[in-house]
Amino acid sequence: MISNQEIFDKYIRKNMMPTILCSGCGNGIVLNSILRAIDELGKDIDKMVFVSGIGCSSRLNSYIKADGLHTTHGRPIAFATGIKAANPDLDVVVFTGDGDCAGIGGNHFIHGIRRNIDLTVIALNNYNYGMTGGQASPTTPYESITTTTQYESFEHPFDLSKLAMAAGAPFVARWTMAHPLQLLKTIKKGLAVKGFSFIEVLTACPTSYWRKNHIRDTESMYRWYKENTVSAKRSENEPEKIVIGELQHLDKKEWTEQWTELVERVSL
Amino acid sequence: MDVHDALGPDEQFIQGDKACVYGALIAGCSFFAGYPITPATEISEEMSRLLPKIGGVFMQMEDEIASMGAIIGASWTGRKTMTATSGPGFSLMQENIGYAVMTETPCVIVDVQRGGPSTGQPTKPSQGDVMQARYGSHGDYEIIVLCPSTVQEALELSIRAFNLSEKYRVPVIMLMEESLGHMREKIRIPHDILIVNRDTVDISYSHYKPFRTGYMHATKIPEFAPFGSGYKTFITGLTHDEDGFPSPNDVKVHAELIERLSEKITENIDDIFYADTKYLEYADTVVISYGIAARPSLSAVNRAQRTDRNVAFVNLNTLWPFNYEFIADLSKQVERIIVVEMNMGMIYHKIREAAEGRCDVKLLRVVGGGVPTPKEILELIK
Repeated sequence: MISNQEIFDKYIRKNMMPTILCSGCGNGIVLNSILRAIDELGKDIDKMVFVSGIGCSSRLNSYIKADGLHTTHGRPIAFATGIKAANPDLDVVVFTGDGDCAGIGGNHFIHGIRRNIDLTVIALNNYNYGMTGGQASPTTPYESITTTTQYESFEHPFDLSKLAMAAGAPFVARWTMAHPLQLLKTIKKGLAVKGFSFIEVLTACPTSYWRKNHIRDTESMYRWYKENTVSAKRSENEPEKIVIGELQHLDKKEWTEQWTELVERVSL
Repeated sequence: MDVHDALGPDEQFIQGDKACVYGALIAGCSFFAGYPITPATEISEEMSRLLPKIGGVFMQMEDEIASMGAIIGASWTGRKTMTATSGPGFSLMQENIGYAVMTETPCVIVDVQRGGPSTGQPTKPSQGDVMQARYGSHGDYEIIVLCPSTVQEALELSIRAFNLSEKYRVPVIMLMEESLGHMREKIRIPHDILIVNRDTVDISYSHYKPFRTGYMHATKIPEFAPFGSGYKTFITGLTHDEDGFPSPNDVKVHAELIERLSEKITENIDDIFYADTKYLEYADTVVISYGIAARPSLSAVNRAQRTDRNVAFVNLNTLWPFNYEFIADLSKQVERIIVVEMNMGMIYHKIREAAEGRCDVKLLRVVGGGVPTPKEILELIK
């Protein structure tokens, strides 16, 4: 396996170091996993574009030595859709967060899936708006303390993966920052899928979320993600836990392939 | 299929909405994303019919925010891109229009104006978006806004919109009105038109900086490297240095960026600005108008000319950047400026500002969904 130093030398923009991420943040693990997946698949990174919205997770593409588009809040899937449709030869990866993807960008999320355009969307779900200091997000767990739910949240959170499955995404998976090897395998699969692949990663926000919700050290955070998740097979016995793993595979026609067929049909 | 083959006969009797599609395709537009809205829907419909024929891409998006996002993304692959909308959709596009300004992304936005605010009068014309086209997004910036008055001009200014957008790497907005969008007139499809393409970068990877200017050309416009070309371009709406990387806390970087984004437009106003003028030589009164309102204005001036040779006509084809010098010169020559527009007075205030009290500036405003008549303009002239 390629070393972290080799990954760093090959793919990271050194002038952008150090990152903006806090110590204990799970986002770096996701960055590492995607770069390893690209390396192991032997992909030409010059034919990849990394698109992101606004938030901590959306800063990841600025660290990658590749074409990147850091867009407006909630809109990366819309921008990425334009890139992929305009040049289907490019592999387009989207980094988004729970607020970016399911709050302000919820409509683009479900319509990107409905359209089934070939994107790999990685949603880093840290249960809050971390960059602005820890406000409640669409995925904030019930009865959490955040800076805008100081007497405990009572709105029911979205399950991003279930949302993606219901909208008809051909590939849906969920892992956590405590499952980096499984995540790596899944990202490799997601990149290979021709169609909309949605990969949700539960990443810890130690500074803005967990600190207010009674976990104050990194080790306990990792333990939480291990103890509170369960594979689909065993989920019946432990229904209160978050289901992780590869959750949906569907065969569906992809947008750019169908558009190419349409052009061939009418442009004669 | 060749564009001209797809468009059909050189002489046609078509709507303004359709004419701006023809102009776009002649200019090289090959990507359109849009969302249905009266009175601009015909633009999407026509694009969806024609783009696949010429190997382009048409996408119907989930809203106008996504439409604007998609055309910016597509523009970064090197394609010429367009969207079209009306008031409510234009409001939704504003944040991403600002993003296109900040990231110097060429793209064209057509706004077929209807009565506002809010849902207003979907099937009636207005010129209520004149200020929003210029100032709708937050922050300091310059943008180019063109206004056709005839269906033929809708075609020709659509080509010009793409040329200016490519040359200056700025979004260009074409303002039409419901009445021009839906009006049918005879058009002639031009051939051998000057087509401008954005300057692409042609240096070694190691020397490339995406937002450096004055290095390869003595302009304030950076050279373009499309996604997939190996230059590893990072684009952000955050304040960025010439490397393209975020430096939002650097006062100097921000000031220099904002100044350059404005100056690349204002310093080239002679190239960007165009106004149609008539009878200026002996004038002491000038009627200034634009868009569909310029048509009754010209009729009124032509009628006035039968008895009084001192009435002139100006049609502002380029609304923004506003040409202060042009209006200031007029105000030195004439005693009276009559501004005719279909809003409560928008360009009127700019004209007063430029005239600096040197002449009388009167406003004929029409709101409610009508177009001013030559008769009411003539009454004001007399």
